[in-house]
Amino acid sequence: MRSITLSQAVNEAIAEEMRLDSSVFLIGEDVAEAGTPFKITSGLVEEFGTERVIDTPISEPGFMGLAVGAAMTGSRPIVDIMFGDFLFLIMDQLCNQAAKAHYMSGGKLNVPLVVRTNLGATRRSAAQHSQSLHALVSHIPGLKVAMPSSAYEAKGLLKTAIRDDNPVVIFEDKLMYQDKADVPEDEYLIPFGEAAVLQEGNQVTLIGTSSMRQVCEEAALILADEKISVEIIDPRTLVPLDEKTILNSAKKTGRVVVVDEGHQNFGVTAEIASRISEKAFYHLDAPVIRMGAMDVPVPFSPVLEDLTVPTAEKVASNARKIIAGELVHEL
Amino acid sequence: MAKKINTNSESYLKMYSQMVKIRSFEDQANQLYLDAKMPGLTHMYSGEEAVAVGICEALTVKDKITSTHRGHGHCVAKGAELKQMFCELLGKEEGYCRGKGGSMHIADQSNGNLGANAIVGGSMGIATGSALRAKLNGDSDVTVCFFGDGATAQGLLYEVMNMAALWNLPVIYACENNGYSEYTATDEIAAGDILDRARAFGIEAHKVDGQDVLAVNKLATDLVARARKGEGPFFIELITYRYHGHHVGDINRTYYRSKEEEEDWKKNKDPIKILGDWLVSEKIASDDELQIIRDNIAAEAHVAVQYALEASYPNSNEVDMHVYMETT
Repeated sequence: MRSITLSQAVNEAIAEEMRLDSSVFLIGEDVAEAGTPFKITSGLVEEFGTERVIDTPISEPGFMGLAVGAAMTGSRPIVDIMFGDFLFLIMDQLCNQAAKAHYMSGGKLNVPLVVRTNLGATRRSAAQHSQSLHALVSHIPGLKVAMPSSAYEAKGLLKTAIRDDNPVVIFEDKLMYQDKADVPEDEYLIPFGEAAVLQEGNQVTLIGTSSMRQVCEEAALILADEKISVEIIDPRTLVPLDEKTILNSAKKTGRVVVVDEGHQNFGVTAEIASRISEKAFYHLDAPVIRMGAMDVPVPFSPVLEDLTVPTAEKVASNARKIIAGELVHEL
Repeated sequence: MAKKINTNSESYLKMYSQMVKIRSFEDQANQLYLDAKMPGLTHMYSGEEAVAVGICEALTVKDKITSTHRGHGHCVAKGAELKQMFCELLGKEEGYCRGKGGSMHIADQSNGNLGANAIVGGSMGIATGSALRAKLNGDSDVTVCFFGDGATAQGLLYEVMNMAALWNLPVIYACENNGYSEYTATDEIAAGDILDRARAFGIEAHKVDGQDVLAVNKLATDLVARARKGEGPFFIELITYRYHGHHVGDINRTYYRSKEEEEDWKKNKDPIKILGDWLVSEKIASDDELQIIRDNIAAEAHVAVQYALEASYPNSNEVDMHVYMETT
């Protein structure tokens, strides 16, 4: 099978859906000739023209609002939010307007749009270009949230997102745009709400979202040297969340470490850990461990920034401790 | 009073009826509040009827509007039924939004009403996006974005007007200037001339007497036709007045505006009276005929509100329905 980058996978997903459905268009800052700062949408304007690949002023709330109105009246916009940090700028349009229109109208209106954005620290971009804010939107009923962990997931999830009749926020890890993975030439979709079990094992479950899947896979390699059997799960979508696959694994291994790059406090790791604690408690042999990003604004200095994100070594260390019956946190 | 815009008496009488319908609806809604029969609060449109009716009578059913927290007038003017509106105000199953939206969120997709919005200025993007869709698809509909003077303080307006002007979108920004931004005089919150803000983007902007439905309708008819031809966007400031407070519970309001001022508008600038007097003077209708129209509509509103009071609440299983749409 051919191998392509995550960036190419996203580009292919958009192009394929735009060919299939004339109501799909792309809107955002520098998405046309510039192809975004990450060069993800390069070539699309040449194929689809400036009517469907629309460069906007630097007005995130404005063009997000335009997308809501266009979606409400029959279009299927893909909104490019250049950095996940800029989600704060579009919160009213995304959370008060897009997320609630279907419910508030008793099902009369709907807003089929996709917000494509990114997450991920360690790009030395400091606190306003490095955040992982997916927990924020996962909290709002009416939004769906997808977290691709490789080029394969990026393409399949984005195509599903574009076809979804609801507002979807999809987060790509900006450090993974050049990472390659096997991606079929033939069309495929990845359904929402279906986690991937990437490796089966029976002593500990590592749950990793987005690039934290790779961190979990590296941790599993470390643990494999120690003959520890690890199961790895990538939820792939946070909303809807495949609770069944997660709970089944927790019941099987009895030990879980949840790894996610959002802040740990009130975050995705907390949500998943609490669901496991509530619904699989009597199967557990150890507390469910949360590993999120440190609860500090992302610092610029590389030596500081690297301390803020979960690493394979730390994940392996925590897994080792709960298997040995040691405490991860002081009582 | 503006000159006759056409010789169609029917359209004048329709505008009269529509304005009376809004007033009757609001009178009943206010009474529901006073009688403690309505959950929550609502914002009365009384006094501003000529704005919604003058503009919506220039639109077709395919044209779109976005509305505001003070949105009953827009909803009626765009063709909604009183029964379903009252049902929505009372949280009943037969309401336009099955009771899930209430007064501040009534949407009536069938008539092109994309919904009231409880975020001041929150619908400016939606209206402009609807116009973007029309342009991309080659659809001929025009979208009107209603908002108040208070919403001119929101930055979103300037972002979307910039894009609407850059891309010649078929959208009309209709600023209902009722003189008050909630409990504060507009003079205290708006620097400069509101029209100049639109003109800064190269948008053609007009000011019109929002109590004169024929003047509003004449201007709107012209601008809608031009927007349809791709000459948009446009901006209209409509000078009007809200008879009630910011919401129905805003009773003691002399700290921000005088009773004399309110009486002056009601007595001398009432849009229904102004059109009624003109209809009589032009011999299009007699006082008695207008009285019959008012009585019939008041009776209709009464029937509708009684219907809504007796209508069923939604079943409890609807509480988590419509969070997501099933993708087929």
